[in-house]
Amino acid sequence: MDTLILSRIQFGANISFHILFPTITIALGWVLLYFKLRYTRSGEDRWMDAYRFWVKVFALSFGLGVVSGITMSFQFGTNWPGFMETVGNIAGPLLAYEVMTAFFLEAVFLGIMLFGMSRVPGWLHTLATFLVAFGTTMSAFWILVLSSWMHTPAGFELRDGVAHATDWWAIIFNPSMPYRVVHMLLASGLTVAFLLAGISAYRWLRGDRAGDVRTAVVTGIGLGALLIPLQILAGDFHGLNTLEHQPAKVAAMEANWKTGPNVPLVLFAIPDEMARENHYEIAIPNLASLILTHHADGVVPGLNEFVTDDGAKTHPPVAPVFYAFRVMVGTGLTMLVLSWSAAAFMIYRRRGPEGLPKPLLWALVPMTFSGWIATLAGWYTTEIGRQPWLVTGVMTTEQAVADVPSPMVATTLAVYLTVYVALLVAYIGVLFYLARNGHYAKKRGRPDVPGMNPTPAE
Amino acid sequence: MDAFGDPATWLPFTFAGLMGLSILVYVCLDGFDLGLGVLFPFATDTEKDRMVASIGPFWDANETWLVLAIGILLVAFPAAHGVILTALYLPVAVMLVGLILRGVAFEFRAKAPARRKRLWDLSFFWGSLMASLSQGFMLGLYVMGLVISPFTLIFAATTAVFLTVAYSFIGATWMILKAEGNLQVKAIHWARRGIWGVVLGLGAVSLGSPYVSARIFEKWFSFPELYLLAPLPLVSAGLLLALWWVLRTLPRENDALSFLPFSLTIALFTLGFVGMAYSFYPYVVPERLTLYESASAPESLMIILVGTLLVLPMIIGYTVLSYVVFRGKATDLRYD
Repeated sequence: MDTLILSRIQFGANISFHILFPTITIALGWVLLYFKLRYTRSGEDRWMDAYRFWVKVFALSFGLGVVSGITMSFQFGTNWPGFMETVGNIAGPLLAYEVMTAFFLEAVFLGIMLFGMSRVPGWLHTLATFLVAFGTTMSAFWILVLSSWMHTPAGFELRDGVAHATDWWAIIFNPSMPYRVVHMLLASGLTVAFLLAGISAYRWLRGDRAGDVRTAVVTGIGLGALLIPLQILAGDFHGLNTLEHQPAKVAAMEANWKTGPNVPLVLFAIPDEMARENHYEIAIPNLASLILTHHADGVVPGLNEFVTDDGAKTHPPVAPVFYAFRVMVGTGLTMLVLSWSAAAFMIYRRRGPEGLPKPLLWALVPMTFSGWIATLAGWYTTEIGRQPWLVTGVMTTEQAVADVPSPMVATTLAVYLTVYVALLVAYIGVLFYLARNGHYAKKRGRPDVPGMNPTPAE
Repeated sequence: MDAFGDPATWLPFTFAGLMGLSILVYVCLDGFDLGLGVLFPFATDTEKDRMVASIGPFWDANETWLVLAIGILLVAFPAAHGVILTALYLPVAVMLVGLILRGVAFEFRAKAPARRKRLWDLSFFWGSLMASLSQGFMLGLYVMGLVISPFTLIFAATTAVFLTVAYSFIGATWMILKAEGNLQVKAIHWARRGIWGVVLGLGAVSLGSPYVSARIFEKWFSFPELYLLAPLPLVSAGLLLALWWVLRTLPRENDALSFLPFSLTIALFTLGFVGMAYSFYPYVVPERLTLYESASAPESLMIILVGTLLVLPMIIGYTVLSYVVFRGKATDLRYD
């Protein structure tokens, strides 16, 4: 394989691994602040216990996010030097602002948040928790500003092939930025909602009836039920925006070959780029037009429009975008069904997790990392959907790649993959190990051995 | 803006200064925590816990200075960024894997099942060693103008060893400051042995750079520069003597002077760094690309500079706050 494809796989692997952890820390930071504030107001131990359990998950995720983020910052130079040489005048300040306004803030106050509780006054610890949550969110904001700009560039001009900023306001508030930021922040919220619910359901099913377990189950299900309709709405708006600015991506998402009205929604198909048609298609008439344009006879762009006369394709590879989009939507719909039925049971029976049927609790456990699946699938949809462009209309991915020998890229790729797989296994293993053993109640003398816990008399 | 002269001149210079500052802060701060990782095999299990506890609240912020330094290189000197990082492709990858292994070990060793702790301790040691060696290797190759030949590779391998020794030396002096009792005595012994490595390392880089570059030779060994620069090596020698003396007399009653080795080492690193910066100015890729040739557009640099002037004092402020909060001897790290 050549350097380009290997570099793409390497970057894809690095960013896929990296994105898993900010996706957790962005929203978990705010959940921790919520726990801390509830504890400060009520003085109830369950809020503090929940804080202490989940702050460990936060620390672990943060550590993995930091180390993989450092890798990302070097990858620009080692694998894609053309990127910075062409759009450095725009990408540079955005990345610089991320490091200065977000990275230092979170990194410094994390120390106080994790280890400073007995060394600083309570208000300062709460402030540190807030600043870490704020920092992770700011970090996400700047990165998404850059990512959005690469999708829908604005506020610049090309001089001698190098992009120069002309309007920073237009660069930051580029056409797709608000949709992308909202969509990603909600994705983070949902990831954490199902992480909270999944891990806590697992603890509950193993017989751990400590107060913080029910607190976390209720918080997770509540958060999930609240955010999922918002996310579906935000996704719809994002889709409309993409249709306006990146029609080729939408055509690939829908595997729609011919431009026209009354386009059906393809539920399943095997897209074939050579024959330029779908095999084994199962579709609902008019629905794609209805969803994308909000009219049953709305015109949806087709992939055939993005082929030049000499046969060169300017649309993204169809199959990965098409499948990734379906995985994302499918995961989202599962989240909707599960969180709403769980919330309905708890509201109707006016109880916490004990009001939930066992099968529903069991269904939450494999959903622990469902947010990861949806986020990755969404990320692939949008990023592969931008190909062959790196910065839409400005430079292609091919133009940015480094002139390094392919065996070098292949070697480092193999090393990264090995490390990432090992760390992922360790991460998930430790999370469930903490769920089984890391309980604070044990330190205060309450047994938490399965089956031996006194069930609260409620 | 006219008052400052041509922005195409002073902006790149300012950013070179900021980049130099963040590299120096990185080398001092992450230097001591990487160094402790290298010293890990010489410590007992309880001592290891204490060593990790002494850097736990800081390592993350320390590493951020590297991100800032690479960020400034990428932002302010995009042309140089590509040349340097593609030339250093493999050592960068080794460093990154090292930083990953080291960074995750902090969290995993405290949370994983006890029987896995040894595995994460190994990951902490090997990660720190890989990061230190590869940074030293990159430094050596950079000094040699990023040219690959048997001689430059040997030189780079030598600086790799010396930088690792220097890191473990500053790590040991940090431990003298943060530890008590046996561990402190142990750290003093580590430092007493490590100081000879530091002397050799400083000597190798100081003699190596003028040896390979006529330009650097010219910059140091001509008049009147020789007289103006003479304080640099002389003060460095003085600092080394002071270090050697204080290490011989520690530990003292009431922990007196335990802060001194660490402070002196920071001063020594700073002087060494200033010397290197002087040697290489105005080049950002030695002998090939000056910082003026590779700088970004002035209007982009201006945007960042405004932000930097607002944010940098805050960063320094809360970094100091965190060192104040966690001042004094290291105690067991607990999440409360």
